[in-house]
Amino acid sequence: MNERRAGLVLGAMAVGFSFLYLPIFAMIIYSFNASRLVTVWDSANSPTLAWYRELFHNGALLDAARLSFKIATANATGAVILGTLAAFALERYRRFRGRAMFNLLTTAPMVLPEVITGLSLLLLFVALEQTMGWPRGRGAVTITIAHITFSMAYVIVIVKARLATVDRSIEEAAMDLGARPWKVFAVITLPLIASAIASGWVLAFILSWDDLVITSFVSGPSSTTLPQLVFSKVRLGVSPDINALATLLVLVVTACVVSAGIYMLQAERKRLHDAQMAFEESA
Amino acid sequence: MHGLLSNRRLQRLLPSGSWYVIAAPYLWLLLFFLIPFLIVLKISFANIVLAMPPVEPVFVWTQDQILQIRLHFSNFAFVFGDDLYIEAFLNSIKVAGISTLLALLLGYPMAYGIARAPNGWRNVLFLLVVLPFFTSFLLRVYAWLGLLGRNGPINGVLMHLGLIHEPLQLLQTDFAVYIGMVYSYLPFMILPLYSAIEKLDLNLLEAAADLGCRPARVFMKVTLPLTKQGIFAGCLLVFIPAVGEYVIPALLGGPDTLMIGRVVWDEFFGNRDWPVASALAIVLLVLLSGLVLLLQRVQARGEAIHE
Amino acid sequence: MSEAYIRIEQLTKRFGEFVAVRQVSLEIAKGEVFCLLGGSGCGKTTLLRMLAGFEEPSEGRVTIDGVDVTHVPPYERPVNMMFQSYALFPHMTVEQNVAFGLRQDGLRRAAISSQVRDMLALVQLEGYEKRKPHQLSGGQRQRVALARALVKRPKLLLLDEPLGALDKKLREHTQFELIKLQEQLGVTFVIVTHDQEEAMTLATRIGVMRAGEILQVGTPADIYEFPNSRFVADFIGSVNMMAGRLTVDEADHARIDCPELGVSVYIDHGVSGPPDSSVSVAIRPEKIQMSAAKPAQPDNVVNGVISGVAYLGGATRYLVRLPTGLQLKVTAPNTHRHEENFQQDESVWLYWDGSAPVVVTR
Repeated sequence: MNERRAGLVLGAMAVGFSFLYLPIFAMIIYSFNASRLVTVWDSANSPTLAWYRELFHNGALLDAARLSFKIATANATGAVILGTLAAFALERYRRFRGRAMFNLLTTAPMVLPEVITGLSLLLLFVALEQTMGWPRGRGAVTITIAHITFSMAYVIVIVKARLATVDRSIEEAAMDLGARPWKVFAVITLPLIASAIASGWVLAFILSWDDLVITSFVSGPSSTTLPQLVFSKVRLGVSPDINALATLLVLVVTACVVSAGIYMLQAERKRLHDAQMAFEESA
Repeated sequence: MHGLLSNRRLQRLLPSGSWYVIAAPYLWLLLFFLIPFLIVLKISFANIVLAMPPVEPVFVWTQDQILQIRLHFSNFAFVFGDDLYIEAFLNSIKVAGISTLLALLLGYPMAYGIARAPNGWRNVLFLLVVLPFFTSFLLRVYAWLGLLGRNGPINGVLMHLGLIHEPLQLLQTDFAVYIGMVYSYLPFMILPLYSAIEKLDLNLLEAAADLGCRPARVFMKVTLPLTKQGIFAGCLLVFIPAVGEYVIPALLGGPDTLMIGRVVWDEFFGNRDWPVASALAIVLLVLLSGLVLLLQRVQARGEAIHE
Repeated sequence: MSEAYIRIEQLTKRFGEFVAVRQVSLEIAKGEVFCLLGGSGCGKTTLLRMLAGFEEPSEGRVTIDGVDVTHVPPYERPVNMMFQSYALFPHMTVEQNVAFGLRQDGLRRAAISSQVRDMLALVQLEGYEKRKPHQLSGGQRQRVALARALVKRPKLLLLDEPLGALDKKLREHTQFELIKLQEQLGVTFVIVTHDQEEAMTLATRIGVMRAGEILQVGTPADIYEFPNSRFVADFIGSVNMMAGRLTVDEADHARIDCPELGVSVYIDHGVSGPPDSSVSVAIRPEKIQMSAAKPAQPDNVVNGVISGVAYLGGATRYLVRLPTGLQLKVTAPNTHRHEENFQQDESVWLYWDGSAPVVVTR
């Protein structure tokens, strides 16, 4: 790389990463600001934990967080089950009737604008309620169904990619040794793709936890999720307790992602080390 | 059930309940993805009424045993007849297009830098790009509300430096929307670019340089064409969600920032006009599929010429 | 040969339009080591996978020990396979890998562990029970794969390129280990390989495959000394192949006119081919002798000039150019050290025995 280009690349990285992180840092700093006018720093009384205290006494917010957590958990579990089945079908069954349609249906939710997904699901729920009497009204159940529908596509992508790397002869070997197909799936395939399923679960959880647009279409008056609550508050302008909430979320997510990253790095090192040992021993 | 798997052998080799493996997710997607979509199509041809749901039925079974299908094309006529909607469509494409370009201009050198970083750094930098994606999208957009505000730090710094004398109106402008879009979707641009650049064989660049190609030309003639797939994927991943975006224009844009996602939302929640909202959704979908197909064709043609 | 233990009848496998295996019939005796030898894409792996039950034959039948297994799924066949990639279960220890098959049969815990212990002892892997596959070397993985496939005492063991992933040194050693083990356990082996040397050392019989068909079946010596076609002669070992015309064909001798060679080839037995037909003559390089002086025998003598010398250690390979322009490959063993070897550009006489040439009509 020549000097000028190296400079350009480094410059872009500096700008890019500050662009990505400055807003987050600003939010964290202002969450300790005593002033109610978020952006005016009250140096006399700051830093303060007042907004964090307020957060934990805000019943509506805690209820919304609890609901979001429940929905996200149910969604992630449902999306992982259906997504793994779909990924298995797409990766392992090369030919079946309607495969092209199935493929389209599994990828489309990722590229469809959220307003369309939300609108269409609401219209379905209304139509179902009219004709079958179910679901009666809209709430946690309809939100979960909607979330599973769109987050499942992401699980499929992740699990399918992992399945493609699993040597098929490993599954064949198990079958050759007398394991029936379902057993092969349970004791061989599933353990080998477990980490991809776990990643899919986390991603589906976050997608659901974070979703505003689709949720707004399919939720009812009695069910307000955390993003809905935050959005209605934020529409009126900046608010210091949201800064505190954002800070907490960023901390939790960072802790998770960083520890997952470190764990994977160590597993990789251990694997390399073991392979090295085996090689030296046999040499 | 036998017809689903064309190969008898296959059926024996795979879980005996293999039919269910396909059927469970397939039925789910048919019921909760395809059928809803057909309902949107149906309602886009319905007439609005004051009721719940606020639409007239399209299929009516009359008393003299006749199935009446009443398709109102008025919603589409309305959508195409009103400058507001056309403007919203055009503006969405403009905003999404410019945001995609900005994200590419910033994302490419970043992806390049990460892919070429020393081994230990690469994983860390990669993690740093992914991390914001995992934190709440809504809250990250919200962060800019504070930064761009009248009394926010950006105006503060500019005033402190004496560059401006009174705060700039940054919020509720197209500028704020571009910032929000690039900020939110930058990781989607960087990830495919990164994997394309990382795969690039460094020997090719060295060979080109060895043959007397100057660095700028090496980049234009070798690096760029070979990472075209990544550029294409990154642009699609940014452009598509940006066109239908609701949250960013709603929070950062002004009242005159017309974007189609927001218009659909307002028609639905504000005016309770389900048929027009549905018609808009259909037009948006047709538009998006058309654009994606067009882009794919352009890319395929580019490839054919290349070979 | 004892009666057929494994019987393959008219086995055919089509993938759409493509015929991977065409009308293959074979009989394999109990305790045999049968090698399917052929280049890539010749259908040998598809044939093996049909024996394992992974592919459904389009036509034909497979019987093992009198039982028709054509439509029996792999998990119910008395057949086990050692995969080319070994296909060890990466999340299980050596012990668990070997025990896997026995566990599927619902054996008692004690029975399983004693059988696993015996098997690991047999393949000399004691002390490695708790290792995971990635903690093993290539040779050790190969032995785990073998132990895992053998521990169920299958009626037929299939081996897909069993030594393909090992380096050359380890391969020779392992070949003999494999044969020792096979003799000890008496299991019938069917091996797929593209490596003729591997086939020669391992097999009691070889089936040479090309384009989905078996061209020749025979012992390694049969295949080498009496190839039935140009392809087999060429595929196995090195050969000088010349086109000719059958001019004399009596009960005790035959003559083939070979314009490329400049002389006719005398053969000390009849070939019973149609008179005056076009045939090919194959002579192995090591069956041609070389001398500076003209040999006494009347037939099968040509002279030429050495155009290439390659010292191979155990033998020396010469290329000799004949007056007709044909180059013959000649291999001479280096029986003595400091032997006077022939030099480049030296004029030499080549001669061979009446039993050396092989006539092939296909």
